[in-house]
Amino acid sequence: MDNEEVLARLREFGLIIYEQLKRGEFPRVKIKSRTISNIVYDPNLRQFILGDRIITRSAANVRQIKSLTQLVWVAFFAYKSLSANQPTTLRDLYYNSEAFGIKFRDQKESNEIVADLETVLSVPREDFMIFPEERSAVFGDLTIEYTSPDPDYYGKKINLASHPDGMMIGPSLLTAEFVECNANKVIAIETGGLFTRFISEKVHKRFNAILVHTAGQAPRATRRFLRRLNDELGLPVYILTDADVWGMHIAMVIISGSANAAHLTELNTPDAKWMGVWATDITRYKLPTEPMNQEDLNRLFLLQKDPRYRDPFWAREISEFIKIKRKAEQQSFSRYGLSYIVEKYLPDKFSSLE
Amino acid sequence: MRGSNIYQIRVEDNGCGVPKEYISSAFGRVLFGSKYVLRQTRGTFGLGGKMAILYGQITTHSPVKIITSTGGPTKYFCELMIDIQHNKPLLRRGGIKAMPNPTYWHGTIVEFTFEGDYARAKPRIIEYFKQTAIILPYANIRFIAPDGVYYYFRRVTEEMPKPPQEVPPHPQGVDVELIKRLIRRTRTRRLVDFIVASFHRVGVRTAYKFLKFARLDPKKDPRSLKSDEIVKLVKAMKRYNHFLPPDASCLSPIGPELLEKGIMKELQPEFVTAVQRKPSAYSGHPFIVEAAIAYGGKVSPPKPGEINLFRYANKIPLLYDAASDVSMKIIRSIKWYRYKIDLNMPIAFFIHIVSTKVPYKTVGKEYIADKPEISYEIEWALKTCARRLKSYLTRKARRAAVQRKLNILERYLPKIAEFSTALAGMDDPPEIDKLFRGLRSSGQ
Repeated sequence: MDNEEVLARLREFGLIIYEQLKRGEFPRVKIKSRTISNIVYDPNLRQFILGDRIITRSAANVRQIKSLTQLVWVAFFAYKSLSANQPTTLRDLYYNSEAFGIKFRDQKESNEIVADLETVLSVPREDFMIFPEERSAVFGDLTIEYTSPDPDYYGKKINLASHPDGMMIGPSLLTAEFVECNANKVIAIETGGLFTRFISEKVHKRFNAILVHTAGQAPRATRRFLRRLNDELGLPVYILTDADVWGMHIAMVIISGSANAAHLTELNTPDAKWMGVWATDITRYKLPTEPMNQEDLNRLFLLQKDPRYRDPFWAREISEFIKIKRKAEQQSFSRYGLSYIVEKYLPDKFSSLE
Repeated sequence: MRGSNIYQIRVEDNGCGVPKEYISSAFGRVLFGSKYVLRQTRGTFGLGGKMAILYGQITTHSPVKIITSTGGPTKYFCELMIDIQHNKPLLRRGGIKAMPNPTYWHGTIVEFTFEGDYARAKPRIIEYFKQTAIILPYANIRFIAPDGVYYYFRRVTEEMPKPPQEVPPHPQGVDVELIKRLIRRTRTRRLVDFIVASFHRVGVRTAYKFLKFARLDPKKDPRSLKSDEIVKLVKAMKRYNHFLPPDASCLSPIGPELLEKGIMKELQPEFVTAVQRKPSAYSGHPFIVEAAIAYGGKVSPPKPGEINLFRYANKIPLLYDAASDVSMKIIRSIKWYRYKIDLNMPIAFFIHIVSTKVPYKTVGKEYIADKPEISYEIEWALKTCARRLKSYLTRKARRAAVQRKLNILERYLPKIAEFSTALAGMDDPPEIDKLFRGLRSSGQ
């Protein structure tokens, strides 16, 4: 969505509130409920979307007026940054609030309100130029051209393999055009250690891949970036995580979307594949493991009830985890020597998944 | 100082005074005062004052000094001791002396010495004064204590309740002795006239009907009644259901306004409400129940499991044995949650019973017996107060809720207006005052 349209939506939102006040009414706003129970799977979009349940934020209700005020302020803040072409972060927004006499308990609360605004306007916050703090990275033979308005960069081209530490996935990269790509797949990697190893082992060359570091649970910018690589360049996306419930869910969120972002579309990559490390790989490759703790197990039991895990493959992996009650890190392959994962594991996986 | 000591006490009032001819009996004869007529009085048997004088006499063997005047040009002074063996006053030093009373002062001063332990009795004494000050808000009470502290309970009103009138006894409230006394002094010659003249609220028709019911000859001379006939008469009087109930002119309750003033002045609660029940009667004795509930302010919550209960009978505080009192039983039995009241709240209860005969359970006159007629009145008096307290608490909660809401609105609405105006690209923020207005008026 271009900036002008986003700005128009923000203005319209402000006008609705303004008109209600002008008429002597307590302003109120209807928002689609983002509770887990209002999330349904949309087979056409192949992601989770919000159901029909609607909640109202009304200034007449003392329990809602605070969050309504916060919501109007967040819209105001977004309008300001966007009209100044000034990208900001969720953290910036949180710290800015106090200067306007708006109080948030913590950043979690302000993040929630930003998500409210996304829901009300059906606009992802990246389009308001509000980004998360954490940045993940990309490395590979892909040339992009900046479209960000900064004249120092506008129209400039750069190859994403030109910096050996990888390039940060931020607002400029997200809005850049893809000019030329010589890779034929994408590997998204959970840990920074393995990402760096893959670059030094020339995995990008050996497998003709673009490497993306998700830095744990992939930020939305990264998820959008993966989606663009998949949509626009037709590259299959493979996800490599730790062999534990948290790693498994990192893959799931990239594929099916997160409950938190069910109000937004085009953040997920439905065709992406979790290549490993699976629970069943632990046994097959006799990986060194450590026991799960109670938190791991609780999370497994919870996800077992999650509709996203109903598919037989995912259900099988969950039961396997619950059965062996052990987990393994990506690095655990190093017991077979440093290059084992590159020489043996990756080729195995690609051949079985392709 | 600890332990027993000799104290001198001097009590002065500005009351009606004692007529000269009654002085020696009033202060020197136990159980003085035979009553042919009834009215609400502070004492019952004429015991209290004399017991104090007697106590002084037996602990210090000194006489009581009395000065009294009914407001005429003369006041009277005497010193006397009580001849315990013969229950007779012994006047000393030339009997009752007349003294000029140029200011036309009226009242009574009593002075005597006795043995006691003020340090130990002090809390009860101060409590007694404080409670008295509540029930007599029109009285100035000054007390100079042996430890030199001066207590002054200042009156908050000059308004006094109507004094009690004397009325003849009600037929249902008499006993054989009283009938004998009434017969001795009557001038009537016929039983029917005797009954009409000597009893409260009995007319000629009722008297005839009653005597027929009692199977007694209306023309009979009352003086000729034999003992068994008098017993028969009393029994019939108790059984006969058609006497009019006693009226309350012989009673002097203090009234809800004065009671509230008294409580306000001594306890400074946040809220107080008092009610007076309509007159009622038990066994021929008229009575009126007054009750009040005070809440919050300087009223402190009771100790766990206890209840702040102030009891009064005929304007006298009852300090002892509260747990056995009928009021306490009733308070414990009421379902307070229906009134949004919790007995752990800072609440004080007040029960005042006035009657020609307060049904004390013991001779100590410390707590009141459980007469169904009285319990009923106490219960409904308390429930009426409770209902008012509930509506006060509800109003207060509603006011607080509105105020809370207003505070919240005042904090947030201007910001919503400010940011939406900026977003919408308008110059002037919308008028938001009218949104507060409705709320403000509902919070009054």
